[in-house]
Amino acid sequence: MFGVVVFPGSNCDRDVAYVTRDLLDQPTRMVWHEETDISDLDVVIIPGGFSYGDYLRCGAIARFSPVMQQVVRHAQQGKFVLGICNGFQVLTEAGLLPGALIRNRDLHFICDRVSIKVERTNLPWTQIYSPGQVITLPIAHGEGQFYADGDTLSQLEANGQVLFRYQGDNSNGSVNNIAGICNLQGNILGMMPHPERASDPMLGGTDGLKLFQGLLEKVGAIA
Amino acid sequence: MKRKYKAYIYVTLRPSVLDPAGTAIQSGLEHMGYGTVEQVRIGKYIELILSAANEKTAQEQVDRMCGQMLANPVIENYRFDLVEVSVEMGV
Repeated sequence: MFGVVVFPGSNCDRDVAYVTRDLLDQPTRMVWHEETDISDLDVVIIPGGFSYGDYLRCGAIARFSPVMQQVVRHAQQGKFVLGICNGFQVLTEAGLLPGALIRNRDLHFICDRVSIKVERTNLPWTQIYSPGQVITLPIAHGEGQFYADGDTLSQLEANGQVLFRYQGDNSNGSVNNIAGICNLQGNILGMMPHPERASDPMLGGTDGLKLFQGLLEKVGAIA
Repeated sequence: MKRKYKAYIYVTLRPSVLDPAGTAIQSGLEHMGYGTVEQVRIGKYIELILSAANEKTAQEQVDRMCGQMLANPVIENYRFDLVEVSVEMGV
């Protein structure tokens, strides 16, 4: 079962559900931010948007919603958590992933399709991609500049936790061109690009679908 | 008896974090002729009123609020001043 968390201000929730429910034909339910039982879920997806208006900092208030305590437990059990865009920001605020997402280097909100290099393919998220493959995914964010201090950054690199990197133009200014990272165990992924917006051929690209398919292969094998 | 305290909280970016908005403002100031400005950093200022048994408890509470939510220790530092206020005072 896929669960898509809905905060006040989430706006990519239905796009994600469209991918898992309609394109991949998987049981999917929307998870309201006040829910306190998500034990039926195999995968939690925190979608993009502007949770709680992005007040204070992006993801800062969403992090304290009732459902997030359950998401932390879900993650601690080794189950899968995917945070996309605002979802990535929520995961860093919650301490489930290291670092922070800050204002884009050039201050502009960036809405574009960008080249992303897949750095590692021995995790469920990326197993269908080939190593070093460059894919095209949409980005749409004002606060997508990944920041981490030097020690954290070298740990991320040494542990192979960087799964996605901007290729060529790194327009938001992220350190080491980082576009997506996972935790040490590999069951939590946060990324600024939107794979759900590149899954239906009608939208002009399907490079994001493999991420969901790879995950599904893994979850299907467990279940 | 509970007392009321007002906290004046300053959240600032850690020195290692880039502040592109601050840089943009600095360049704006330079264009206005203020060539003496060497650096601009933008932070947040938060006021809140809370009740607590005494000043020490209020200090501890505000400190926890800052560490948990009002500031993100990955990118920000914080400091605050605390003043006891009369019960009628609003924010």
